Amino acid sequence: MNRFLLPLAGFMLLAVILAIGIRHAPEKDIIASPLIGKPAPNFALPDLADAAHTVRAADFKGRWYLFNVWGTWCGDCRAEHDTLLEIRRANVLPLVGLDWKDDDAQARAWLTQLGNPYAVVAVDHAGRTAIDWGVYGAPETFLVNPQGIVVYKVVGGLTHEVWTREILSRVPRQPFGGS
Amino acid sequence: MRLKATALAALLAGFALARAALAVDTTQMPTPQLEERYLALTHELRCMQCQNESLADSPVELAADLRAEVRDMLLAGKSDAEVRAFMVARYGDFILFRPRFTARTAWLWLAPGVLLLIGVGVLVRVLRQRSALLAADPTGVDEDGPP
Repeated sequence: MNRFLLPLAGFMLLAVILAIGIRHAPEKDIIASPLIGKPAPNFALPDLADAAHTVRAADFKGRWYLFNVWGTWCGDCRAEHDTLLEIRRANVLPLVGLDWKDDDAQARAWLTQLGNPYAVVAVDHAGRTAIDWGVYGAPETFLVNPQGIVVYKVVGGLTHEVWTREILSRVPRQPFGGS
Repeated sequence: MRLKATALAALLAGFALARAALAVDTTQMPTPQLEERYLALTHELRCMQCQNESLADSPVELAADLRAEVRDMLLAGKSDAEVRAFMVARYGDFILFRPRFTARTAWLWLAPGVLLLIGVGVLVRVLRQRSALLAADPTGVDEDGPP
């Protein structure tokens, strides 16, 4: 009896461990960002609207903002655009865009055509800033607090649900006041 | 025999050529030492987009950007550890194909050894039991015979 019981127990244990692994498999698609809880990486990049103007992460210190990585070549960015416009209308915090490895003229045309949800868009042709933020696909969105610490990261398209449940719930309700 | 060796050499040369022709990465480092370190690093860092390919093997643009980052850091005189630390700070432990030994990955490294020890323990027990049985009854015959 005993000689069958022990292997059976071992098998059951293995089955339970593997079942837990399979249950949690969907979470593996989203790789936890090591940036959460750390200061947002600084950058100095040209402004999409005016290349002579430089956009820096430091410009936003003292306020909550969303850092949204996008490109006109990215299908999911088109899909999340309506949510971005909704965020703009909500007037809770500014959207800072990072136009990643994109064509400036196409990017400007995209914003004219679909509406511009961003307070400002930084242009990253070389992809260096995207690497500093640990970006591995677009869209990706980071929530940064007034101390300049990355609080939350969304991988993939933003939706109304993610915006209200995951982002809005983390931000104290105070209009950022357009300027 | 000699024919076989020649054929084998030709085959290997063919593979090497095919590999060179199919290579995603055509970066050339200025010295053989740097080249060797560059190849080692790009093979042990994961392409975050394709996830099961290394930076060296991946054709996507992000992998090319990260290879350029590795190249520039090596050319700037950075150590292998500094390159790895740079990548982990941005992309997390997941970018390393060879995970570091930390509290979180300890089970990953230790589990095979623990399993091996359990296996050896079971084997020793079974062998001891068998030899004990054999010592008690050297004929190996199970049935009781007449005295």
